[in-house]
Amino acid sequence: MEDIYAKFVSQKISKTRWRPVPPGSLQTADTFAVGSWDNEENYVSLWSIGDFGNLDSDGGFEGDHQLLCDIRHHGDVMDLQFFDQERIVAASSTGCVTVFLHHPNNQTLSVSQQWTAAHYHTGPGSPSCGSAPCTGIVCSNPEIVTVGEDGRINLFRVDHKEAVRTIDNADSSTLHAVTFLRTPEILTVNSIGQLKIWDFRKQGNEPSQILSLTGDRVPLHCVDRHPNQQHVVATGGQDGMLSIWDVRQGTMPVSLLKAHEAEMWEVHFHPSNPDHLFTCSEDGSLWHWDASTDVPEKSSLFNQGGRNSSFLSHSISSQTNVHQSLISSWLSTDPAKDRIEITSLLPSRTLSVNSLDVLGPCLVCGTDSEAIYVTRQLFS
Amino acid sequence: MEELDGEPTVTLIPGVNSKKQMCFDWGPGEMLVCETSFNKKEKSETEPGCPFIYIIRKDIDVYSQILRKLFNESHGIFVGLQRIEEELTGKSRKAQLVRVSKNYRSVIRACMEEMHQVAIAAKDPASGLQFSSQVSILSAMELIWNLCEILFIEVAPAGPLLLHLLDWVRLHVCEVDSLLADVLGSENPSKHESFWKLPGNTQTLTELELKWQHWHEECERHLQDSTFAASPHLESLCKIMLGDEAALLEQKELLNNWYHFLVTRLLYSHPTVKPIDLHLYAQSSLDLFLGGESSPEPLDNILLAAFEFDIHQVIKECSIALSNWWFVAHLTDLLDHCKLLQSHNLYFGSNMREFLLLEYASGLFAHHSLWQLGVDYFDYCPELGRVSLELHIERIPLSTEQKALKVLRICEQRQMTEQVRSICKILAMKAVRNNRLGSALSWSIRAKDAAFATLVSDRFLKDYCERGSFSDLDLIDNLGPAMMLSDRLTFLGKYREFHRFYGEKRLTDAASLLLSLMTSQIAPRSFWVILLIDALPLLEEKEVVFSAEQTYELMRCLEDFASRRPVWREPGVQRLQEDVENTKLEMLRLALARNLGRAIIKEGSLEGS
Repeated sequence: MEDIYAKFVSQKISKTRWRPVPPGSLQTADTFAVGSWDNEENYVSLWSIGDFGNLDSDGGFEGDHQLLCDIRHHGDVMDLQFFDQERIVAASSTGCVTVFLHHPNNQTLSVSQQWTAAHYHTGPGSPSCGSAPCTGIVCSNPEIVTVGEDGRINLFRVDHKEAVRTIDNADSSTLHAVTFLRTPEILTVNSIGQLKIWDFRKQGNEPSQILSLTGDRVPLHCVDRHPNQQHVVATGGQDGMLSIWDVRQGTMPVSLLKAHEAEMWEVHFHPSNPDHLFTCSEDGSLWHWDASTDVPEKSSLFNQGGRNSSFLSHSISSQTNVHQSLISSWLSTDPAKDRIEITSLLPSRTLSVNSLDVLGPCLVCGTDSEAIYVTRQLFS
Repeated sequence: MEELDGEPTVTLIPGVNSKKQMCFDWGPGEMLVCETSFNKKEKSETEPGCPFIYIIRKDIDVYSQILRKLFNESHGIFVGLQRIEEELTGKSRKAQLVRVSKNYRSVIRACMEEMHQVAIAAKDPASGLQFSSQVSILSAMELIWNLCEILFIEVAPAGPLLLHLLDWVRLHVCEVDSLLADVLGSENPSKHESFWKLPGNTQTLTELELKWQHWHEECERHLQDSTFAASPHLESLCKIMLGDEAALLEQKELLNNWYHFLVTRLLYSHPTVKPIDLHLYAQSSLDLFLGGESSPEPLDNILLAAFEFDIHQVIKECSIALSNWWFVAHLTDLLDHCKLLQSHNLYFGSNMREFLLLEYASGLFAHHSLWQLGVDYFDYCPELGRVSLELHIERIPLSTEQKALKVLRICEQRQMTEQVRSICKILAMKAVRNNRLGSALSWSIRAKDAAFATLVSDRFLKDYCERGSFSDLDLIDNLGPAMMLSDRLTFLGKYREFHRFYGEKRLTDAASLLLSLMTSQIAPRSFWVILLIDALPLLEEKEVVFSAEQTYELMRCLEDFASRRPVWREPGVQRLQEDVENTKLEMLRLALARNLGRAIIKEGSLEGS
């Protein structure tokens, strides 16, 4: 894990996201988007790590990432997601949700669509145009779901001016992040330590399920779903604790792992190697959790990415027991049997690592020290 | 008051009539200025006043995009240096400190490079000029730092000292005259190379001196024998190599500045110069080079002070010449680690290093984004750092919860409980105003603020009284151990539990919970009537829910409440309310009496059979 390139970019980075590669293509990730925060002028920008072929006279820019284009963004970039190859959705601290369009021929970004008052406060004491920051976005073409500090959930559809569905006061506290479980179902985490599952097919403003931590109601900041197993979810909390949940079983997490010393800002399962998990935190570190077991009889099934679960679901009738015993080292509660290897990826301690993203062998992360780190050899 | 080192500069503010009186106010790093109508001499003012308020900043560097990289990268080096301080001992210490110094310098150079690229690519000449002048300032900074590294940190002894100085000059001379270099190189290459190859310091200073002396004498012999008489060019070259100042000065255009002249002179006349003798040659080189035509510039004075090993003077002059505290703060800190600064106490008790770091960090806090870097600088100021941080951190505007969380984390890591409390209170109040009661509760839990938790619970209870149902059930039903934070919160949680028991038809549980709520005194007075009336449906149930013992308790509570009820003296609506209440209490007394009867019978008959 030696080749990690750092570049100082004169803006504090709040989000970094890889552009998705077209399905079925053999390309590796080569472009990522970056959002800044806490500046008088914030920007959403696109960067490239393609091989340039030509070396500068200094010889040192071969592996460096270069800025392609950027565009001004009002308010802090609270969340960023690629909607598809050309469109990026950004959530703002002004409560606005914007869809940016990338034009590859002249390398520019433009605003394609905008929902300006997606999130706002309506309390007895709030000003009449009181905006609330939009804190999380998740996309699944053609839908965009957003959540915010106003406890509201919005379902937008691209090219529709108004929200398709809005759940007001879905939560009495701040919703920090959202992810899709299955397409009509989403899962949100909030600042009183609860996971809530919402089903858009149902009418009404009540969640279909609520799960929470026992003990202190520590706020949860991030959530990610296992790429193949839609019932396994990982969350990160304010105390730096990583929790793995099985949403079909019970209302409590399956495992709690003491991780960072401060807020965990993002957690990601690796999309093609889900035995690998990545977390980044306010304490300035980025950790790689490797739960892949080396036991021969298991490994042939696991290391083939997504094929194992579909293989098994055909042949078993009672899913729960078999799933439990075979798959997901994440759900195992026996720490001795399945050891998790943890590696810290950044060479030295920095200020908070606010965001990370992984795609294939590439990882990108951004920090409050105004630096972007990229590596193209995650699994070397 | 101290005397001024120089005249203060006058800044004209465009748009403001300087004849009018201006008013101003100081901020942490800036000043607010506007026109006033005071001192109106003429009664009729035909000119309209200036409607703007101006913000005057001394330090504009903080807002430069490229310099930001300097601040961020050097922050990393600074923190790294403080952290390894404890581990630095003995021989490796000097090497480590030199490495840190080189790191700082490479950061300055990288910045310079980038600024240079931007200056070349600049579209309009004005900004191009601005960037170019920034480049020369950075270049001067690196020049000074490099010299300080050689003299103060590396502490090169005589011999290697000149080599370092040669490198120093070579690095900074922009135009190297290739002709001179070629000629010099071709004349006595072998002698030069072998002379200056010092394999691993095996040669002592005296050996070096002897060798040089021998070579010098040989050159002189050549000159006296007029070996080069045929070519005046070669003859002047020979004179140069003998260190003849006049010959050197003839080549003034090729030597850009006096320190180039100095080092060249030393190379040919005193290569084994000792550090303490440097300043003599420096002063004379400066005088000779300027030749009385121009006066020394600030940079020249700084370099002279360095040659004189007067660190304090160097820092003082740099502070005056540069507009930003970055340079002096980091250099002084590094020199302090080299144990070179005496504890030079200033008027307000902290030493120079701390003073400069405090100034620099305060400047960072005035910036909307770089305040996060300032925190670490305050951490390493032992006397006034903590207090300064406490004052600054409360004034950071908190536009989103995420920023507030970062600020809180900084405070909590340093056990600044007062600041945590005050920030959480502000956020909780904002949340209450926006009707985000869950968020408000979450903030009061973080600050362990029982009073605020009570406030939030009262809000919930008030909502219940008005609407007859609870809002935000997801929160109240799932309070968990946070319930214990305040009595009122516990009451809220338990009361909701009572409702749940009733809904699930767990009547005996509901009954005992209700009773315990009343007897345990955690219910607010205003809620007692509601609790009592909640007992009614339980009393009206077909089966006996309250035991005789419990009924006696309830009766006692009722009488307790009735006797202490405030008597409203105002007529009208409140009278009506009082009547309604009285009726309810009468009904309750009746129900209790009936229940008592049934309970006694039930308990008596069980015993009987």
